[in-house]
Amino acid sequence: MKKAILILCVLLLVVPAALFAAGGKEAVASGGDSKMGGVLVFGRSGDSVSLDPGRETDGESFYASTAVFDTLVEFVPGETAVQPALAKSWDVSANGLEYVFHLREGVKFHDGTPFNAEAVVFSFERQFKQDHPYYNLGPWKYWGYMDMDNIVKEVVAVDDLTVKFILKKVEAPFIANLAMDFASIVSPTAVAKLGEEFKNNPVGTGAFKFVSWTKDSDIVFDRNADYWGGPVYLDRLILKVIPDATSRWLALQKGEVDLIDFPSSEDIPAMRATKGIQLIQQAGLNVGYLALNTQKKPFDNKLVRQAMNYAIDQKEIVEGAYGEAGQVAKNPLPPNMWSYNDDIKDYGYDPAKAKELLAKAGYASGFKMELWAMPVARPYNPDARKVAEIMQAQLAKVGIQAEIVSYEWGTYLDKTDQGEHQAAMLGWTGDNGDPDNFLWVLLSEPAAIPPAGNIAFWKNREFTDLLAKAKATADQAQRDTLYRQAQVIFHEEAPWVPIAHSVVTVPAKDTVKDFVLYPTGKRVFKHVWLEK
Amino acid sequence: MIKHILKRLALLIPTLFGVITLVFLMIALAPGDPARVMLGERANAEQIAQLRAELGLDKPLIQQYGLYLSRVVRLDLGKSIATGQQIAREIADRFPATIELAWYAMIFATIVGMLLGVTSAIRRNTWVDYTTMGGALVGVSMPVFWLGLVLIMVFSVWLNLLPTGGRMNIRYYFTPITNFYVIDGILLWIKEGTPKYLWSAIQHLILPTIALGTIPLAIIARTTRSSMLEVLQQDYIKTARSAGIREKRVIYRYALKNALLPVITVIGLQFGLLLSGAILTETVFSWPGIGRWIYISIGARDYPAVQGGIIFISTFFVLINLAVDILYSVVNPKIRLQ
Repeated sequence: MKKAILILCVLLLVVPAALFAAGGKEAVASGGDSKMGGVLVFGRSGDSVSLDPGRETDGESFYASTAVFDTLVEFVPGETAVQPALAKSWDVSANGLEYVFHLREGVKFHDGTPFNAEAVVFSFERQFKQDHPYYNLGPWKYWGYMDMDNIVKEVVAVDDLTVKFILKKVEAPFIANLAMDFASIVSPTAVAKLGEEFKNNPVGTGAFKFVSWTKDSDIVFDRNADYWGGPVYLDRLILKVIPDATSRWLALQKGEVDLIDFPSSEDIPAMRATKGIQLIQQAGLNVGYLALNTQKKPFDNKLVRQAMNYAIDQKEIVEGAYGEAGQVAKNPLPPNMWSYNDDIKDYGYDPAKAKELLAKAGYASGFKMELWAMPVARPYNPDARKVAEIMQAQLAKVGIQAEIVSYEWGTYLDKTDQGEHQAAMLGWTGDNGDPDNFLWVLLSEPAAIPPAGNIAFWKNREFTDLLAKAKATADQAQRDTLYRQAQVIFHEEAPWVPIAHSVVTVPAKDTVKDFVLYPTGKRVFKHVWLEK
Repeated sequence: MIKHILKRLALLIPTLFGVITLVFLMIALAPGDPARVMLGERANAEQIAQLRAELGLDKPLIQQYGLYLSRVVRLDLGKSIATGQQIAREIADRFPATIELAWYAMIFATIVGMLLGVTSAIRRNTWVDYTTMGGALVGVSMPVFWLGLVLIMVFSVWLNLLPTGGRMNIRYYFTPITNFYVIDGILLWIKEGTPKYLWSAIQHLILPTIALGTIPLAIIARTTRSSMLEVLQQDYIKTARSAGIREKRVIYRYALKNALLPVITVIGLQFGLLLSGAILTETVFSWPGIGRWIYISIGARDYPAVQGGIIFISTFFVLINLAVDILYSVVNPKIRLQ
């Protein structure tokens, strides 16, 4: 017992001392008006799975790898279009099957290895050549997700600074795939030296050099003073894991972090009102929708599908279920994607018109239907159950009795991709910023074969032909026109009721400058600077 | 004594076997196809089949169980699906953080809890007793999540006294040695001559320790009180008092020692519960421990990780109980003699 009292006394002494010690402020480096310098701490919700972008599929992993690695081409900040990066320029052969990339000279990996054609070939071949010595460090999941096995035949080093991709088929979105994180160029010497440990000690050409990683806590990067795309302003970049949204907000208020990811939408009004805090916002590259199964009655009738669009008020849904985190959708593409057709006028909320169309279709007294809702929160639909309830009430006003149905998530996906539903909610998050990555996978005829991505099972020849033509055209202006036309057909035929796109918000201190959100979900810090 | 310990050890085997079987069944019988759920919207049939094969889900259940058992017996917990890393390594990376937090929370809960319990018992039915026990009731019913956020709000944001979360000031760029940060702080103090790491580690421990320790503290206080009250009414205490022994000596020397027995059991149980119950505290305070890792693995449908984590925690729990049992027989000769 005496011991216990002794320990207590020690604790009582230590605690206040610690309290006082904590009050001390850190010295802030005195600086002029230069953009150079400073440490930026980004409070994010989860840790990276690993730091080798070829292996991973989750955004948190890419946040870290984007800092370390570059790709041949990259997304224009804040857009879905691509621009040169490690490749200065590229040529596409007339038949669209050969892409020749001219690489930037004098670039070095963080370990001093020169960046060249061989490194590019290495970075890709490790993901698909099964006899490659480092193929077994996979699985190379995104290579599979993007169906690259069926696109890329070979990657060849023509000379030290020229790389040729030979494709198996004409696939215009291919260039956008190369801007994705899985297509990052890694240091071949580092992979050879570190083997399996490369995924914990990444070496690339990027704006920041990897320093250390404490699992579930933080990853530290230092400025790459030799960055080809420089200057990089931050001395250090720290990605800190703060899993709870409220804790992240508290840490930002206290000033321990400079900007935070995924605030809870209830906190956003308070953040807006807080002095010294700015909100950086961007629509997410996703869409949540209600797919109407066109192979089943009554949704085989276009008039009924249009009536559904008139009967459902997306504005009420976004206000009720998404809050600050959503915006109303009218097209299958998110508004920040190139070729988004803003000329299309949304159906709007018009129950009278809906009734009229129903009557015309022979359902004057309405009908009964099943309305399927996902059991889980998704980025494009935070609460499908709630959305379904709002829809149910809206549909009742035009005489449609909707019964809400839900299954366990795995079962839900199985049943919907087999077409067991009448009308089901689902959504999609884009990968490469290419419209094909939405329209083809979600609405084309080939995607309507079970297990289907096109769960409206909408088979429209004209629409699919436009998409196929766009896939085979390398010229972006031409593709843009084709996709705009396709959206007009979609609107008229109404296989879905588009619901909403999520809105991504990053609250930051006012001192954080030039931070741009990317529609593809990247978090890029190479041009960010701190006001001192 | 040794026979007693051996008997307890032998009992461990069926317990652990039961745990392993339960954990296996829990995952195997969970609704839905794990492979399908893990891949989500973008899965095609080929990828699902491949993942099923990887996970061994294409084999009959009984065969899966056999394979699983044979691996666990060889202490091979397998690889995490998410990271491809050995699960044993994932656990080793995070366990020190959890143990450190649980340990200080337990010390805090034990010392303060016992002091409050004894005080209430001595001052039975006075305002001291009512306040303490009322406080304890509030303590057990307080949601840890809420308490944690309130502590951060008050002590970090408003009063600006303590950090909001994490284990160490991240601007110190500190490389852990043992991964127990208080110990690392002391080592670095000796090595580099600066106590700043130790201070930072302690500052970061204070709020999570209070948040995590409050419920066990309240339970320990209540147990100590009732156990003390019982002992204080026994004849030998009356005898001691009538023999004119000083009251303090009666209480701390004669009464408390015997009142401790049930308290030890409670402390042991609570410590085990803290390990698994730390999930919420770890989440609020960004504490990179094992509870949160299991929680994230559940969300990511990383079944081998979930299984490995639960088996590890359960084993630890069982071992702590064993230690308590042994301690119990040391304190209480009656059990030793049985």
